[in-house]
Amino acid sequence: MSPPYQTMDALEILELYFIENRARLLDIASFLDRIDRYEGAEAARRDYRYTAFQSAVDLLKSGAAGRTAAIQTIFSDPTTEPLESAVGLKAFGAWKGEA
Amino acid sequence: MKAIDPHIHMVSRTTDDYLQLTIAGIHTIAEPAFWAGFDRTSAAGFRDYFHILTVTEPARAARFGVKHYCWIGMNAKEAENLTMSEDVLALMPEFLDAPTALGIGEIGLNKNSRNEIKTLELQLDLAVRRNELILIHTPHLEDKLKGTRIIMEMILSEPRIDPGRVMIDHAEEHTIREIKDSGFWFGLTLYPHSKGSPERAIDVVELYGAERLCINSSADWSVSDPLSILKCANEMRRRGHSEQAIGNVFYDNPKTFLSQCPKFQVG
Repeated sequence: MSPPYQTMDALEILELYFIENRARLLDIASFLDRIDRYEGAEAARRDYRYTAFQSAVDLLKSGAAGRTAAIQTIFSDPTTEPLESAVGLKAFGAWKGEA
Repeated sequence: MKAIDPHIHMVSRTTDDYLQLTIAGIHTIAEPAFWAGFDRTSAAGFRDYFHILTVTEPARAARFGVKHYCWIGMNAKEAENLTMSEDVLALMPEFLDAPTALGIGEIGLNKNSRNEIKTLELQLDLAVRRNELILIHTPHLEDKLKGTRIIMEMILSEPRIDPGRVMIDHAEEHTIREIKDSGFWFGLTLYPHSKGSPERAIDVVELYGAERLCINSSADWSVSDPLSILKCANEMRRRGHSEQAIGNVFYDNPKTFLSQCPKFQVG
């Protein structure tokens, strides 16, 4: 049985959100094209953020449930040890790996 | 509709925003102490900041019929400087005694360093000694999962802290289940580029339930929106949720959590 809030079915959800998510998808495609077009594209494609992004795109296509949490996990630091110091550090959006 | 924003940084906003809040139906807000967009060089800077939070902002808000509450704390981003953190901690009790100070926050971790953890330990100890509510800031982006786990382990190892009196904020899809299962309240932040959107926040309501959930704007000096909680409420409405369920998320829940501090009264 559907939860009480579900007055729409999946097809209606598709219709409601399709155009805005089509635009988001085109933004991602344009972002990747932009990287390819600029000098140093090969180095950028080897960057840990790019490879994490590609892993996330692969996961997106997998059709598996819980894709949002799984993509968050791809970008996350999986270690448990505290850093010795935070001086000069900032967040980049993807984990670079052990220093 | 009536709504409460339990996490908004009005010190960084214009007076016009107070008018926008009040005409939109947000008559009660809470402002955690946090990073001001630059690193302060001494505890004296924090004294001035705490004065703004406990005196200046409540007065500015009152001109528009908005009740302004605050949280007092040493934020994680500046906690790497342990000496300054200890100096700031010495100041905090004076400001926690203010009639609009609800508890200690937002405290937590930023890059999950040893000094940040030490500063958090000291503030958790202060919270225990004063029986204060706690508002936790979790790290951004790739550091969030690790930091959230470290923070929860620290709190859960202190038996004198009731997780039901702790809000773990800036939760996201990969941290929510562990936070809820441990008995904490959890906050979702609507922040355009680095946190959540209204659509994702309502997905969370549908997937994890609204129990012990508060949704906030965390509007501050960066790209953010002080009316985002109302836009999120509208997203919930267009999905077909009842007005009662919407009021539960955006009014009743923050009221319930914040009312655990006897100073709190809704506006």
